[in-house]
Amino acid sequence: MLAYILRRILATLPVMGIVVVFVFLLVRIAPGDPAAIIAGDYATPENIQKIRVGLGLDKPIHVQFWIYLTNLAQGDLGRSLHSRLPVGQLILQRVEPTVALALSTLTFAILMAIPLGIVAAWKAGSLIDRAVMVFAVGGFSLPVFWLGFLLIYAFSIRLDLLPVQGYVSYRQGVLPFIRHLILPTVALGLIYMALLARITRASVLEVLQSDYIRTAYAKGVRPAGVLFAHALKNAAVPVVTTIGVGFALLIGGVVITESVFALPGLGRLTVDAVLQRDYSIIQGVTLLFALVYAVVNLVVDLSYTLFDPRIRY
Amino acid sequence: MTDSLEGPGFIPYDALTRTQKARRFARRNPTMIAGAVLLLLMVALAIGAPLLHTVNPVDMNPVDRLKAPGGGNWFGTDMYGRDSYSRVIYGSRVSLFVGLVVASVTSVIGLTVGLVSGFVRRLDNVIMRVMDGIMALPDLLLAISFVALTGASVRNVIIALVIPQTPRVVRLVRSIVLVLREQPFVESATAMGARLPRLLIRHLLPNTLAALVVQGTYVMASAVLIEAGLSFLGAGTPPEIPSWGNIMAEARSYVRVAFWLLLFPGLFLALTVLSINLLGDGLRDMLDPRIARRMR
Repeated sequence: MLAYILRRILATLPVMGIVVVFVFLLVRIAPGDPAAIIAGDYATPENIQKIRVGLGLDKPIHVQFWIYLTNLAQGDLGRSLHSRLPVGQLILQRVEPTVALALSTLTFAILMAIPLGIVAAWKAGSLIDRAVMVFAVGGFSLPVFWLGFLLIYAFSIRLDLLPVQGYVSYRQGVLPFIRHLILPTVALGLIYMALLARITRASVLEVLQSDYIRTAYAKGVRPAGVLFAHALKNAAVPVVTTIGVGFALLIGGVVITESVFALPGLGRLTVDAVLQRDYSIIQGVTLLFALVYAVVNLVVDLSYTLFDPRIRY
Repeated sequence: MTDSLEGPGFIPYDALTRTQKARRFARRNPTMIAGAVLLLLMVALAIGAPLLHTVNPVDMNPVDRLKAPGGGNWFGTDMYGRDSYSRVIYGSRVSLFVGLVVASVTSVIGLTVGLVSGFVRRLDNVIMRVMDGIMALPDLLLAISFVALTGASVRNVIIALVIPQTPRVVRLVRSIVLVLREQPFVESATAMGARLPRLLIRHLLPNTLAALVVQGTYVMASAVLIEAGLSFLGAGTPPEIPSWGNIMAEARSYVRVAFWLLLFPGLFLALTVLSINLLGDGLRDMLDPRIARRMR
């Protein structure tokens, strides 16, 4: 198991290496001179040259890449082009709302989608099944930001039940913390839920049609026993895989959702950086999200052993 | 009609008239027909926009600011007095154009790279590692960074969407080719002296098309969604173009006073994506009965 984890991490390294190259090149393909952009509209040529040398932009590209790499290895993500603050520090300041939103969305989506998918498969062809399928296809087609505004309009403006926007840290009170997270969680969670419910249904349905389930019935296991003791565990692997793959959807959704609900998280940091063309922040956040995505999928792979003892590492 | 008199006996498929075949097809693929009809409707709206009682979507009319739907403005007017209905109808042009172009370009690149990767083992490793690298970046984030760095234009949005979508198509095509290359017909083609280009184009390509079309619809659906998301965040089509994402981005601060400005473009966007998804699901069910049975 430990050897497998090590091997997987080693296998992730080349991929992360390519990611680093991409992120590095992204900034280099931008039209115009980064130094000129940083210097602003009223800079003199000497000013621009000074900034260029300061950033190492006057060196050949492979030297620049080496500098970038060595800094990265020391945990240095560079400094924001605008505020001049270290990118690492800016990211740390914004982590909390994003982690809170991602975790609540993940919990909400999993707790809702898996039971729905199971019921739909168990009662395949019934009205419940059809409703779940309609929801699964429909939910997957909804734009997150539109859904967010619909929820804001209905629950905050019309019914006045929940706060419109904003974020309150859990340290300032658990109840306001939760109240502020409800709408963003539902908006973001519905899409993830649609995806998961559909895969859960398909997976459970396939297992329920297999020979050993028929055998279980034949030897007199009660229907509930068949479902809970025999079917569900075997249907888990595709569902867990989808949770991992769908995490990319969640990351993209977080960026949009934070913008709609004015949550001061990493998504907002990214969007603000995009609008200000703050390259180093964009680089840092992109790298971070890629790393998180890789780790999530590693954890997903390792979790297979919990559900299927035939899978050994 | 004699077959109704002779009872519901078996009629060979070839004996059916064209209308009967079409009817049977529609009965067996209701979601696909619904999706296709809805999508055609959207395409008709986009093409026929000038004929549909619209006014110039960028004409400002400050006297009629923020008018609720009704009267001459079916979907109301926005903060500059522009007709929301006209803007929403014209907005379909951007979304569908971006969606179609991204789906086509992604399919062509994905098909080419996938065929090569599946058949030329020496290149396979390199290609697949690069694809892994692209796939390790969440698609919205990659697109947003690309547009932020290259500037907001329709062309850049299309490139920004093609890059993250291509690896999915490459993987799909490659996986099909890997199975196909072991098939006897490939072996016999090789034995008969077919060279690599001919083998790829005449023998392997046709066998990947069905899956490619299905994947293409999903690429189109997510391209339409992500384009709207990018525009909404201010990193998509230039703000002066009335795309659905742009309309909603402008309307966001008016959610309290002019909710209709958000309601209609979002509704059209959702319906468009839904139609493409339904079409894709229908095509998949039709072309791959094995998966269809599992998903149904």
